[in-house]
Parts: sequence; structure tokens; C-alpha cells
Amino acid sequence: MAETLLDIRGLNVRFSTPAGDVHAVKGIDLQVSKGETLAIVGESGSGKSQTMMAIMGLLASNGRAEGSAKFQGEEMIGLPLGKLNKIRGAKITMIFQEPMTSLDPLYKIGKQLAEPMMRHRGLSAKAARERAIELLKLVKIPDPERRVDSYPYEMSGGQRQRVMIAMALANDPELLIADEPTTALDVTIQAQILELLAELKQRIGLAIVFISHDLGIVRRFSDRVAVMRTGEVVETGTVADIFANPQHPYTQMLLAAEPTGRKEPPADNAPVLLEGRDVDVRFTMGGGFMGGKKLDIHAVDHVDIRLKEGQTIGIVGESGSGKSTLGRALLRLNHGTGAIRFGTDDISEASRQEMRRHRRQMQLVFQDPFGSLSPRMTAGQIVTEGLLVHEPQLSKKDRDLRAIKAFMEVGLDPATRNRYPHEFSGGQRQRIAIARAIILKPQVVVLDEPTSALDRSVQKQIVELLRDLQAKHGLSYLFISHDLAVVRALSDYIVVMKGGKIVEEGSTDQIFDAPRESYTRELMAAAFG
Amino acid sequence: MSEMTQALSEPTVAVHGTSLWAMARHRFVRNKAAMASLVVLIVVAVFSFGGTWVYPHKYDQIFSSYVAVPPSLDPYPLEDTLEQVMQTAVERARLRLDSFDADGTSYTARISSDKPVDPRATRYLDRPDEFEGAEIVSTLDDGKTVEVKGNINGQYFPFGTDRNGRDLLPRIMVGGQVSITVGLLATFVSLIIGVTYGAVSGYVGGRVDNVMMRFVEILYSLPFMFFVIMLVVFFGRHFVLIFAAIGAIEWLDMARIVRGQTLSLKRREFVEAAHAMGLSNWQIIRRHVIPNTIGPVVVFVTVLVPKVILLESFLSFLGLGVQEPMTSWGSLIAEGTTGMQAVPWLLIYPAAFFVVTLFALNFIGDGLRDALDPKDR
Repeated sequence: MAETLLDIRGLNVRFSTPAGDVHAVKGIDLQVSKGETLAIVGESGSGKSQTMMAIMGLLASNGRAEGSAKFQGEEMIGLPLGKLNKIRGAKITMIFQEPMTSLDPLYKIGKQLAEPMMRHRGLSAKAARERAIELLKLVKIPDPERRVDSYPYEMSGGQRQRVMIAMALANDPELLIADEPTTALDVTIQAQILELLAELKQRIGLAIVFISHDLGIVRRFSDRVAVMRTGEVVETGTVADIFANPQHPYTQMLLAAEPTGRKEPPADNAPVLLEGRDVDVRFTMGGGFMGGKKLDIHAVDHVDIRLKEGQTIGIVGESGSGKSTLGRALLRLNHGTGAIRFGTDDISEASRQEMRRHRRQMQLVFQDPFGSLSPRMTAGQIVTEGLLVHEPQLSKKDRDLRAIKAFMEVGLDPATRNRYPHEFSGGQRQRIAIARAIILKPQVVVLDEPTSALDRSVQKQIVELLRDLQAKHGLSYLFISHDLAVVRALSDYIVVMKGGKIVEEGSTDQIFDAPRESYTRELMAAAFG
Repeated sequence: MSEMTQALSEPTVAVHGTSLWAMARHRFVRNKAAMASLVVLIVVAVFSFGGTWVYPHKYDQIFSSYVAVPPSLDPYPLEDTLEQVMQTAVERARLRLDSFDADGTSYTARISSDKPVDPRATRYLDRPDEFEGAEIVSTLDDGKTVEVKGNINGQYFPFGTDRNGRDLLPRIMVGGQVSITVGLLATFVSLIIGVTYGAVSGYVGGRVDNVMMRFVEILYSLPFMFFVIMLVVFFGRHFVLIFAAIGAIEWLDMARIVRGQTLSLKRREFVEAAHAMGLSNWQIIRRHVIPNTIGPVVVFVTVLVPKVILLESFLSFLGLGVQEPMTSWGSLIAEGTTGMQAVPWLLIYPAAFFVVTLFALNFIGDGLRDALDPKDR
């Protein structure tokens, strides 16, 4: 085995909070050898990020690290800041999840790349700029001589993540810590970034610690895997071993967490419930009082869609493809044009007051279970809010009873209904959001990426809940997602969108087994490897 | 339904969650400076509002015998001045004072005249604030000499009196009432107007927002002092006018803060969720927007209350505030500054109350900010 680069022994991380100490990492042992890729896998809260933060001395002010972490024989825990700075940023570098916020928006990227090199290595401005261009070339930014003078906002998410990688490579590090580097990116971009990292590893013999919750990526990308759960490493091994022969039940559960099952399409003669014809949505940005150039965004470009009773249409596409905008346009939540019919009513011109009658039949569940629940209301108040509008005759007690029923239906303990959203986990919050939608007994529910912010094992539960509710209440779903595995498990009809247009549509089997368009094939390849 | 009620009656015993408010309260209670300030503030408020009920002197009661007497824990009149006072009173009655004895709470005086003494002359003896209940106990010498007994009317002035002979202590109490009331009322006025205006402007957005915020900017550009002087010139000096004027200016800041908050809240998903649920705009503003702006608003309010008290003091200092004999801390301080060397207590006591209150309010504001926004710690 190659020389050990990073040797972690008995590492503990504790956070002191008003409610007592939180033991985030509980005495873990991990080794990284030169040139290898170690993936740390676990669900949110497993302590995988905090482990690396502790080594880099980046813990929040209430965190404490104990134990030992030796980098090339030098102890990192408790190292004074001056010495630590010689290692981090030079020998160990890090890239983060969010490429949108990790670059300073006011500096040109060339400058952001060059500055640390001028500081740490004493390069002249000219030499640093040349090196920056070289690095941009290395991470495959097209036309690096020109791009070096771009501002971050001029680049896409994937390009920014490449710049971040270039920054991390600037001082020829030995170890790169990548903390969920592709989670915020679309699947096709994600595949490109991973390819780039794999290539860099080959070319410059970089060791990579790859933190991820996505087992699909880990399998394709790493040499060894460490599975973490609630601050402990439950299993380590080579990729082949872990995936072929998982020992620990938790690992087995994670591997089995891929949502399964299929949905049968509704009968051919099922009535059309929601129909959009020639739906078109444009946004205008900028302009206004002081003039300035107006920017027209054609978010949804003349789209036709028909949702039958009991059907689930999966709308897939990358970010910016207009899939969420389409969902909202069908619910008349934004200003679109086109003919929208709900049942027998034409709602394309309905006013706000007229729409209120229909609102209870058409509900929406959002992606972010943290943002979609008002933080100052109790779960019970949130769930019953719609009843205030649509069944104002109900007494407080009746509403409470309905809340209890809805809580039980989505698998939450009704005793928790007086708690506030921040006291629930992500999955539980999404259940609250679903309870809020179904308490009104709707016919159509638009699900806007309802599982994207959740861990795999929780995703699976939510998918099963949605499926049960559909069977029980005869709901029709419009399921918007970029996650093809979830879409396959839930939908019977799929619409693939790109740039506001539908590029392909058809039954689930047809799209997954025999995609006709190259874009669809590309999506499949990126998602399923 | 009754069956369902039966079946559901068991889980209806719900656990109570900790709201964000409860968490903030918990953090606030642990902040010692803020809690101490809260106690101080309560003490000052009880002193100001409760004190006038208990304290024997009225704020506008004039003690002509005790003009500008320094603060003392002993009762006035002081014993060695009594004979002089009696002498003056007796001379007013065109009588002679033969002897005078004082023993703490009562006195005995022997008064004589060339003619028999009219018993009604005792009224003259009760005239000064120092004496009361004069009574002839014995008559000698065919009525030409009388022995009079009466009580010494002891008065306490722990904070001294002002140059009109009014006790400073109740004046500070009343001044506190006015200052605190103006502070709270003006803040309340600006809170109501500002929050509603800002929330509507931010939530409705577009052209309405544009017009509403330009209006705010026009008001901003009016010089405040000019505005107040105009009001006072047209309507005369009045208590209501003060907080109307201050409230009418201070809501502008509040409206801007709330509007900014609303703009960012408007894009939050729970607002869109409420919209999808069919709630009306006003319901969304009331149920979702305003409760979530309360954090920064509460912090701003705690800064605003001392600011308003200062403003009122400033106006009173310039003579544009409340009308005599009503007073406020600002007017008291203004009066105090005119005789700083001769009668320093007139400045020291009101200023001390004022400063302590402002400190307490600012500490509470700090504590609330930390409690409501626990980031960066």
C-alpha cells in the first residue's frame, strides 16, 4: 500500500449548545493514502463534513476537536494558526458544495486565482496571471485567455465549480477535500466535473477525500469508501467490497434506499383533469424607471400538456429548463399565456377571486421543506391554514380534528402538531407540507422537486407516502424533478424539457428504455452511469 | 363524528413545542445586563407612575417658603430658622413676639400687644408653610399677652425644590410619566403606521411600491425641526402634538425596514405556498409577512424608544415641548442647566433618571437583538 498521507485516529468533535453538548464525531479512525480517493458517505447529520472541518481548523466557534489527525506525520489538531495556514490552502485544499457563493462576486476570477499565488509563492502579477490561465486550461474552461477576465456572475454553476477546483489546485496540493462538490449541479454538469476530478487525480497524483451522500457518484468515482452514521464510521472498505458485499445493516439500508416500484398508467378513457395548451411564460428583467437594458427570458415556450385523472406526469429537465415555471403556470401562480382548463372550467382568464374556488383542488408541494413552512406558526396551524380559506365554517375544534387526521395520514405523530417547523427533521417537514396539501382534498397536486433536499432513505419513504396517498384519494400528480430515479418510481408518463420546450414525451417505459432524443439519452447516461 | 372524536380523543393531548419566541426569551433571560436593565426600567416606571399616587406633594404645588432649597433627608423647616419666620408672622399681625420655643413637631410662643390680642390673630401665624394649627392656650395680663401652641409643619424635600418652590421629586415622577408615555406612544404610532405601510408597499410591489416609497422620501426630505416649529406655531404647544409630530417622522425608518424585510420574505416559499392555498393578499401580509418581520422590528423599536425620549427632551429643551406646569425630563434638564452653579440638584437628579433609563433601554435593545438574531456568536 502506498504511503499514508492523512492519518486520523480517535477524532472527536463536540459542539456546545445551550441544550448541552452535541457529540458530532465520535472517535473515528480514517486513513488516506497518496493518490487515492476516499469517499465518506453518510446522510445529513452523520458528521462527515465536520470531520474534515475539524482537520482544517474550520469548526464553528462553539466546536471543539480532540484526538489526532496527522498529515504527512504532522499533527493537525491544535496546530497554531500560523503553521496551520502553511498546510491548509497549500498542501490540503478544499472545495465546497455551493459554487454560487464561494467566489467573491466583485473580483475577476483571474484576480481571485492569482492573489493567493502572489501571496503564498511570491509570484509577480504577470507570472501569477499566466499561471491562472494555465490552471483554467487544466480545469478545461474554454477560451481561458478571455475567461480569466470574467466576473463570477458571467459563468455558469459548473464553470464556477471548475474555477473553484482551479483555485484549489493553484498551490499543487497533495490532498483535495471535496465536500459535496456536485450536489448543487445538474446531472450532466455533475458528470463532467467528476470526470475532470478523476482525470486530475490521474495526471497529478492527487489524493481526494470525497464527501457525498450520493452512492451512485461514489461508486463510479472512488477507490475506498467509509460509511458514516451519527458520528461513527460503521464500515470501510474498497468500493467493490462495499457495493457487492455490504456488512453493516446501515450500509445495506443505504444501498437499498434507491426508490423502487412503478406506477400503472390510468385507464385510456380517464377524463382529462388539467390541460394546458400553448402555455407560454416570459419574464422581463431589468429596465424600469432608470432605463437600462431589458432582458427577456422565455421560460416556457408554447408547451402543451394534459394531465388525466389518476395520472402522474413526471417533468424532468435541468435547472433553467422551465419545468417549475410550467408547473406554476398551470396553477395560475404566474403570468403566463395560453389556454388552461381545469376539469370543465377554462381558468386561463380567471381572476384571483375566481381562482380561489379552484385553489383547494390544485395544490403545490415545494422542494425546500425548510423554506416552505412559515417559521412562526405551529405545524398544526400550517396544516390547517387552507381550511380557514376554504372551509371557514369549521370551528377551531373541528380544524384540530382534521389536523390530527391529516397528521396520521402522512405518518406523523399528531401529538407533535403544536411544535414549530424547526423542531422537525427535513423528511418530517416535507410530510407536513404534504399534509397541508391533502387536508383540502385536492384533485391535482403539483410536486416541485419534493424529494431533492432529502436524504436517499427519507426520499424513499416520501415516494412511498406519495404513492399511498395517490391510491387512497385518486390524486393526479404533476411531478417535477431532476432526479430520474425518483421520477421513474412515481410517474407513468414523462415529459423531458429543455430551454422551455418539450424535447420528448412518452410513457415511462418508453422514455427510460428507448429514449429517442440525444438530450434524453445524455440525461440517462449522466444519471445512471 | 362522535365516533371519530372518541377515537381521536386520546392523541389530542398534544406536546407543546418551543416557538422561536420561546427560544429568544430563553436567550434573553440568560443575558444578565439586559435582565438587570429590565429590572431598572421597571423600577423607574413604577417610581414614575406609582409614585405620584403615594407621594404627598403635588407636582404643581408651590411652597413659597422653600424656594430652591437643596435636597435633604431632614424635614424642612430647619429649627434655627423657625424663630425668624415666627417673628415675621407676628409682625404681620402687628404684635410682639416675647418668647419662642420649638421642640421638633410643635411650638409654644408668647405674644403680647399694647391692646388685648384678638384671638383671630392666630390666623396670621398659620400663614407660613412652616406652621399650622395655632391655638391660644392661655390668656394673661387682661388679654394683652397670649400663649399660643401650634404644630410645626415638617416637609421633606429629598430632591430639593425648584426656583418656584415646587418639590423636584414629584416633578421628576411626572416628567418620567410624560417622557415614557411619549416614548411609548410615539413608537407605537410609528410601529403601526410603519409596519403596515412597509408591508403593503413591499408585498404589493411594482408601481404601488414605487409611489409609496417616493412619498416616504419626500417626507424624509422635510427638515424635522422646521416641521415641529410649524406645528407648534399653528396649533400651540400640546402634549398630543409632540408625539404626533415625532411619530409622524419616525415611522419612515420603520416603513423602510419592514419593506426590505417583506421584499425578501415575498420570495420565500411559504408565502408562495400561502398564495397557492388561496389566501388573499391581506391574509398573507397579516399571517405570514408581518409575523416574520417582527424580529428586526422589535430590535428597532427598542432603539426607537430612547431615540424618541431624546427627541422629546430636545424639543422640550428648546421650549417646544409640554406646557408648564406639566413637565418632562427634557424640560427639567433645561431648567436645571440655567442655574447649574447655584442649584445643581435641579440638573443632577432629572439627568440621572434620564441617563439611567436610556442606558437600560439600550441594553435591553442589545439583549433583544442578540436573542432574536443569534447568528455570529
